[in-house]
Amino acid sequence: MYKVGIDVGGTNTDAVILDEKLNLIHQVKMPTSEDIESGIVSALKKVLEESGINREKVTHAMLGTTQCTNAIVERKKLAKVGVIRLGYPATASVLPYTAWPEEMVTVLSGEYRLAGGGYEYDGQVLSLFSEEEIRGILREWNGEVEAVAVVGVFSSLKNDQELRVAELVKEVMGEEIPVSCSSMIGSVGLIERENATILNSALFKVIAMTSNGFENALKEEGINDAQVFLCQNDGTLMSIDYARKYPILTIACGPTNSIRGASYLAGIKDAMVLDVGGTTSDIGVLTGGFPRESSLAVDVGGVRTNFRMPDIISIGLGGGSIVREVNNEVTIGPDSVGYRITEEALVFGGNTLTTTDIAVRLGVAVVGNPELVAHIDEAFAKQAYAKIAVMTEEAIDKMKTSNNDTTVVLVGGGSIIIPRQLNGVKEIIHNENGAVANAIGASISQISGQYEQIYIYSQISRDEARIDAEERARQQAILAGAKVETIELVEIEEIPLAYHPGNATRLRVKVVGELT
Amino acid sequence: MRYLNEEAIENIAVGAAFLGTGGGGDPYIGKMMALSAIKENGPVQLLSPEEVGNDDFFIPAAMMGAPSVLIEKFPKGDEFVRVFQKLGHYLNKEVKGTFPMEAGGVNSMIPIVVAAQLGLPLIDCDGMGRAFPELQMVTFHLNGVSSTPMAITDEKGNIGIMETIDNKWTERIARVATVEMGASSLVSIYPCTGEQLKKYSVKNIITLSEQIGQIIRSNSEDETIKLRELLEITNGYHLFDGKITDVERNTKGGFNRGCVTLDGLEQYAGENVQVFFQNENLVAQKNGKPIAMTPDLICLVDLETLNPITTESLKYGKRVRVLALPSDPQWRSEKGIETVGPKYFGYDLSYTPLEELVRKEV
Repeated sequence: MYKVGIDVGGTNTDAVILDEKLNLIHQVKMPTSEDIESGIVSALKKVLEESGINREKVTHAMLGTTQCTNAIVERKKLAKVGVIRLGYPATASVLPYTAWPEEMVTVLSGEYRLAGGGYEYDGQVLSLFSEEEIRGILREWNGEVEAVAVVGVFSSLKNDQELRVAELVKEVMGEEIPVSCSSMIGSVGLIERENATILNSALFKVIAMTSNGFENALKEEGINDAQVFLCQNDGTLMSIDYARKYPILTIACGPTNSIRGASYLAGIKDAMVLDVGGTTSDIGVLTGGFPRESSLAVDVGGVRTNFRMPDIISIGLGGGSIVREVNNEVTIGPDSVGYRITEEALVFGGNTLTTTDIAVRLGVAVVGNPELVAHIDEAFAKQAYAKIAVMTEEAIDKMKTSNNDTTVVLVGGGSIIIPRQLNGVKEIIHNENGAVANAIGASISQISGQYEQIYIYSQISRDEARIDAEERARQQAILAGAKVETIELVEIEEIPLAYHPGNATRLRVKVVGELT
Repeated sequence: MRYLNEEAIENIAVGAAFLGTGGGGDPYIGKMMALSAIKENGPVQLLSPEEVGNDDFFIPAAMMGAPSVLIEKFPKGDEFVRVFQKLGHYLNKEVKGTFPMEAGGVNSMIPIVVAAQLGLPLIDCDGMGRAFPELQMVTFHLNGVSSTPMAITDEKGNIGIMETIDNKWTERIARVATVEMGASSLVSIYPCTGEQLKKYSVKNIITLSEQIGQIIRSNSEDETIKLRELLEITNGYHLFDGKITDVERNTKGGFNRGCVTLDGLEQYAGENVQVFFQNENLVAQKNGKPIAMTPDLICLVDLETLNPITTESLKYGKRVRVLALPSDPQWRSEKGIETVGPKYFGYDLSYTPLEELVRKEV
């Protein structure tokens, strides 16, 4: 039994094979291709051939991809979306797409309608929901939009109207038109949830190409019976069918995978993770084996969402960062030679002084030809190295939640430039396989389920509400492919609603389990 | 006299959320409404109270209800004009301008919407100089101004005019109506003359909000400089830095009450602070002893960015600074303390001004 994990990054596509005990059997790194798919195919081919494993014994294949993130950032391959907001006359003071980048709205067509419907905070109907009104909107859109996003006021309380709209879309516009319901995507906060739902709808074409490409690549390599998954940004997996419905959940899974992979390699569940790439370094916090989530509203390609995201800070420091002397001061980055490091860095015979050259000059790293950096003044190199330490220390300190010294797990291709003694750091754990932490993270991911609803504690007891929410979260996890007996509760969040007479509380529950 | 543009609104939203001492909700929706309104109607004129006529007539505009409802169900957009004109009509007076009731995330923005939509000037003052949870908690009340006649409406079009025997009754009845309207309503309340505005309001609050927002939003690299500027401009004190280790909440009497516990960081290591709130932060205790209390302002801000944190978004693990500012002197009067002092909110504490508590500390 083997698992194949693939991570498609901006620079490299990594592939790893793990055995049933999650031991790393083999790893490869290939350049990411323009079309993504051919890079996946060649990485897959190489890791399978070099490892020589029996392909029929591959039971699981996982893909971590930045394609959806890139599609949003580059505004490419996005679908034309029609947005239906249920709740009129409420909410008309801030219309859909307010504060979106203009070119993004143009690409998505900017079509929206405010219709009757929605609920009050206590579950009463806000305004009359009319199927005829919805049918009329959909008839108008027929042939104009490629996907529909529907968002109802307080749909986290009751989502039957949203689900009915989804049925009507199929009825009027045909079975093949994808629909995203906001209640399945985001939490309370209409604007942010609506934005996430629109983005989700816009990504249907991208995710179809990616997931089909991955399935085809597997087939081509003779892997026919494996379960196929995509990585989510909370360190868990989803089935490929689930991913086709909720492509937005793949956003930012890269940093999450590296944090999870680092946790696995280091064998610890609570630490800070420093992932050093060619141009930037990401720092995240691992708590209980999962990345700490950001508590702020998160911008995705200039669009505000309340979508869960790992709490990551990035600094402009990597193995390819350019080192300069300006007015007797050393500066590092933020520009970098990036993937051209093997041509441009001094140790590889190039003409640009990089952080990697500094590390080689001081003898803390062994790559390329050390003779090519022997001419660098030692005092200057030490100064640059000290600067690298300070940049790293400051970034680590920003992520700390106490002033105790922390354990840092160091991963990523550029990690050779990081000093092994840092202020505020108790211990640096480094693993020889750290360079493919992303792909390892992808292949060891678990399955999660989440549920959020407003419960009225005067009508349902707190314990019953928790049991109900946990059960619904479990159902979500099972739907996504979790093994029933391994599912455990990992998070409960309760937020009482002010002014409400019935002790209403927003309850969010998350469970995680191993995959079947 | 000057005009408020988009940049000014961005700054006011952040600054008012800071003065909102944890209450007043997420400023995001309010800001979006205000930005949409000036985009459509042009910039809003800001007048200082000294620039208005004594006999001219003014009505503040505000939202009442649960901030947590507002992030999901926000207004249609014409409620403000409707409720404002209804009251003006009922009073049979020409309204010459509007102003905020309180400095807070949402209620600093609503009057900008009203002013833009009706082409009226906005007056640079409010009735609190901060945010408080109840309708009688305004400086006009301390000076005997009646909150009614008032008008109240919802996004559906229901509208009411109310006359009460005193301002506490206004709070009681309007609260019930607000809950029925879906836990959020729009009110025009405390109609007053230019003379009353000059005498009883907290002046300069919009400009102060803007200045505070400017400091917090500036990209100045050095946070210690930002903090120093912020404290200078508000006469404030930096009381504590800590990490949230517990948030206790309960919903009682229609309010969001609770307590947040902070464990000290860096020079405060080993110490702890508890902040008690009812929508707004009301009492701060360090190692069990009060270090700031209502009506003085207790502001929790993000440790690094200094962005204000509303009581609803307090979360385990967040690192915050505790800042405190002296309240407007009107709140420190006998009637002020009776209306908004610690005893009114159920704390067995005699009000001690912030400056004295800080002196004791040192």
